[in-house]
Amino acid sequence: MADDLAVEVSSLVKTYWPRSNRAIHAVNDLSLTVVAGSVTALLGPNGAGKTTTIEICEGFRRPDAGHVRVLGLDPARDGPALRPRVGVMLQSGGVYPGARAGEMLALIAAHHRDPLDVIALLERVGITEVAGMPYRRLSGGQQQRLALAMALVGRPELVFLDEPTAGMDVQARRATWELIEQLRIAGVTVVLTTHAMDEAERLADHVVIVDHGKVLAAGSPAELTSGGAKGELRFRALAGLDIDRLELALPSGTVAREGPPGRYVIQGKVDPQMLAAVTAWCAGNGVMAEDLQVEQRSLEDVFVELTGSALRP
Amino acid sequence: MTDTEVPIGGRSGKPARPVDSGSAAGVRQPLDLRPAPGAASRWNMLRAQTTIELKLTLRRGESVLLTLVIPVGLLLFFTAVDVLPTDGARSVDFLVPGILALAVMSTAFTGQAIATGFERSYGVLRRFGASPLPRSLLLAGKTLAVVAVELIQVAVLVAVGFALGWHPHGGPWWVALLLLVATVAFCGLGLLMAGTLRAEATLAAANGVYLLLLLVGGVIVPLSRLPGWLEAVGQALPTAAASDGLRAVLQDGAGLPVGDLLVLCAWAVGSLALAARTFRWE
Repeated sequence: MADDLAVEVSSLVKTYWPRSNRAIHAVNDLSLTVVAGSVTALLGPNGAGKTTTIEICEGFRRPDAGHVRVLGLDPARDGPALRPRVGVMLQSGGVYPGARAGEMLALIAAHHRDPLDVIALLERVGITEVAGMPYRRLSGGQQQRLALAMALVGRPELVFLDEPTAGMDVQARRATWELIEQLRIAGVTVVLTTHAMDEAERLADHVVIVDHGKVLAAGSPAELTSGGAKGELRFRALAGLDIDRLELALPSGTVAREGPPGRYVIQGKVDPQMLAAVTAWCAGNGVMAEDLQVEQRSLEDVFVELTGSALRP
Repeated sequence: MTDTEVPIGGRSGKPARPVDSGSAAGVRQPLDLRPAPGAASRWNMLRAQTTIELKLTLRRGESVLLTLVIPVGLLLFFTAVDVLPTDGARSVDFLVPGILALAVMSTAFTGQAIATGFERSYGVLRRFGASPLPRSLLLAGKTLAVVAVELIQVAVLVAVGFALGWHPHGGPWWVALLLLVATVAFCGLGLLMAGTLRAEATLAAANGVYLLLLLVGGVIVPLSRLPGWLEAVGQALPTAAASDGLRAVLQDGAGLPVGDLLVLCAWAVGSLALAARTFRWE
């Protein structure tokens, strides 16, 4: 079974000792797994321990305690075997300040045996026009796209993307999402960090919510948002349905009302029986219910519930 | 998990070619993103690193100023303006060996320290820690680029020297050996500085040391003209060992200057050993 895991982290601990002498427990007994071929998002507020965790997986930092396996190898010990197989996008930097964007991508490509075509990749991430410009003159979003291309150029089987869309405009962000979806289709395992809910919701097969160096919750976006549904069913139909008779047909404790004309809201315990009762009543009365939807919590609701709404320093 | 459960993609299955759709922004090039990982050959990596290091060095205006314009300028100026106490030798015969030592110092020490310091602060060295490039090849690429720049410097300075009527003596192999060991010693000192100080501090310190060694390293002022205590300090410095050694061979036609070579060797071994122990990659 462990064969199917691209990344295994168990009971990971990393403590920093800054000069102020107050220990910072960046990662505090964190465990997670990444299934090969999936997209996994580490979601958490700033300072939650996301970056430290993936930097340990990349071999940049040594854990104080715990067990880490990446593609079945130990990143601290098996670096030379692991590095060709793993693509890394750092949060910032990593490029010679005087190097041109295209030149830097070609350099990283030259470190690999069977790299992607540099010209096509520059085009794909949308920085062809600035390929001849020195790195320090690129905008933040362009620098991010170059860093993403540098992570992919070696055709890795696993990529770690640390906040891949930070600083990107809407178009670049969507293009990046599309690229990550295509990586998944191509069979590349993707681990990304983000604090954008929509990004995690859209891209990830598996979301790991991290805060204070621990995992608070993990699961598919649907699993995370389904627990404790708000208990609301909405649909659209002809205006002026007999609400009282509808209510009589529903399980007790259920309340039905018409909001704006033709828009109905039913509140109560949303379960298969309730759903069946509503549609049966509609069928019995020749009513066509449209846009029938169960209102769920968004990932953001779950996230705020778990991490609290207090602002972070 | 079996292959059949992974219809597209998948770790062990045969992934389908990605379907790449066109977009509103124009038709995109199809890219085969399927994994095909592997490191390049060491030779290819070394060639790529050497090329980029050399290109970046030659592209930096300040580094060309430091490594070519200043040495050539000093050579021309002090040959034309005969104010140096050259102890009876012709100015140009006295100057060329010292300027060669200065050239090696400017490339291997000053330029190298500043560039590496900024690469460290920009996370370049850290990023290479995630690439298949071994650190030994990163350093080898830097070293070869330094040697290539030095070859350009030596060619230009020798040409200018001949144009000014320079008459060298001695064996060219001793000269090459001295230049090589001096390069190693200065590289070690440069990496020692770049690997421990902040980039801005390295910039200031490397330039300060350059100026100091220019004055008390026997480059343009003979050590014998310095006050006794300063002469003693100067003699222990790598720049003085290099310029004295080169002068002994090229000006006086001496054999291998063993004392100077030993001083350089000591600096080379000491600085590299210390740099290896203290260098921080991020």
